[in-house]
Amino acid sequence: MRYAYYPGCSLEATAKEYNQSAKMVARHLGIELWEIPDWSCCGASAAHNTDHLLSMALPARNLALAEAEGLDVVAPCAACFNRLRAAEEAVRESEAMRATIGEIIGRDYRATNRTRALLDVMVNGVGTDKIGEQVVKPLTGLKLACYYGCLLVRPPKLTAFDDPEDPTTMDRLVAALGGEAVVWSYKTECCGGSLAAARTDIGIRMIYQILRRARDAGAEAVVTACPLCMLNLDMRQGQAAAVHGDRLNLPVFYFTELMGLALGYAPRDLGLTTHFVNPLPLLETKDVLRHPATRRERA
Amino acid sequence: MELSAALEGNRDLKERVERASGVHIEDCYQCGKCSAGCPVAAWMDYTPRQVIRLLQLGLGEEALKSRTPWLCAGCQACYTRCPREVNLPRLMEAVRQEARRRGRVNDRKVDIFDRAFLQSVERYGRAHEMGLIVQYNLQSGQPFKDALLAPPLLMKGKISPLPAKIKNVAEVKEIFARVRARGGDGH
Ligand code: SF4
Ligand code: SF4
Repeated sequence: MRYAYYPGCSLEATAKEYNQSAKMVARHLGIELWEIPDWSCCGASAAHNTDHLLSMALPARNLALAEAEGLDVVAPCAACFNRLRAAEEAVRESEAMRATIGEIIGRDYRATNRTRALLDVMVNGVGTDKIGEQVVKPLTGLKLACYYGCLLVRPPKLTAFDDPEDPTTMDRLVAALGGEAVVWSYKTECCGGSLAAARTDIGIRMIYQILRRARDAGAEAVVTACPLCMLNLDMRQGQAAAVHGDRLNLPVFYFTELMGLALGYAPRDLGLTTHFVNPLPLLETKDVLRHPATRRERA
Repeated sequence: MELSAALEGNRDLKERVERASGVHIEDCYQCGKCSAGCPVAAWMDYTPRQVIRLLQLGLGEEALKSRTPWLCAGCQACYTRCPREVNLPRLMEAVRQEARRRGRVNDRKVDIFDRAFLQSVERYGRAHEMGLIVQYNLQSGQPFKDALLAPPLLMKGKISPLPAKIKNVAEVKEIFARVRARGGDGH
């Protein structure tokens, strides 16, 4: 399996542990990631809030670079995934759009390739059976709220790989890793995305509702597949809890970090030491880190 | 005379918004499902359903004054659930862009953030988070916003004081320039 890899801006900065763990796990499972050389920003929500053509052209440049290499694209970031898919579909559906985009980006782009979310590639491409076989340190006893957020599963016409209201891809992955996915109702509720940066007053209230629901459902931690969700749920968790007079202390993981742990990699190598809510105390109460015989930590 | 001019203006507005968004305003039958599930509705002045209603009734001027399109997080919940497949997030974008074109910025902070973001992309080819935070804080008059978060972000190596510039930044600048040349908003 060879894919053009589009990390996106966050994975070079606030989500560098997602990048690190994604690459590690992909290598482990035999997925070759060819990073799109000199890739540029997809424009995120700022572009589509501002100008429709701009929001199509910015992702299209990257898609064209991958197409020239004859590769499908994989995007770890849910927001990038959504924007890349939107540009791809617009070009595929309309000759006129294809011509316009071609002129704007100065490259021929025909949308012969397809963008997939990294989560989809792992769970539906590699498969939970194969992943399960590779598990050496199961996440036994770890109760997790799988949080999909919005852009990974909506709108379904673009995202296509799971149910938009009750997705299960991550839940199935957690089960394959030996963990327990709790049943909860805020799986696909929006965390506010970049609104939380511009209007933090609103964002922290949206964030709190999600985290509180996860805790109420009995989760000890949350799993995500999006750097914006992580930033909001992890970095802003303190602010969100404080404004509600609460203390949450709910670690948040990228699904690739949990995969890495279960496949035997050390927390530090996966970047787990760079989170705002330290997940290590929770993990140390579980077999995944406790068992000395399986512990591969570099001192 | 004035009334008919106003109606004329509103019809024009409706058409512009429909063309920009691809949404047929009349498709909406006002069931309210969109607004029931909108996670930001509590902070909006008009619910998403009401914004469409204003356009249906020829009161588009009122929709242009609304904060709603500026607060929309683009979460796609409404579009996913709408029984009439009204692409509300696209409509919100179109209304917001139309408002801005006429010099109306109904949420300054949101506007500053998006502009700062795109400036960063145009300048470096990628979003530079550190620069973005600083620019947003200064322009929005909140110099100490998230001040407690910056040191740990730096220490954990999660933001960098220096932007990562792509090699072919000229190509990205060209994209912005060509969008502007077509009358688009390159920010
Ligand atoms: S859900 Fe659709 S049809 Fe119902 S009010 Fe909203 S936009 Fe109109
Ligand atoms: S896309 Fe905007 S209007 Fe629709 S539910 Fe989400 S925040 Fe509300």
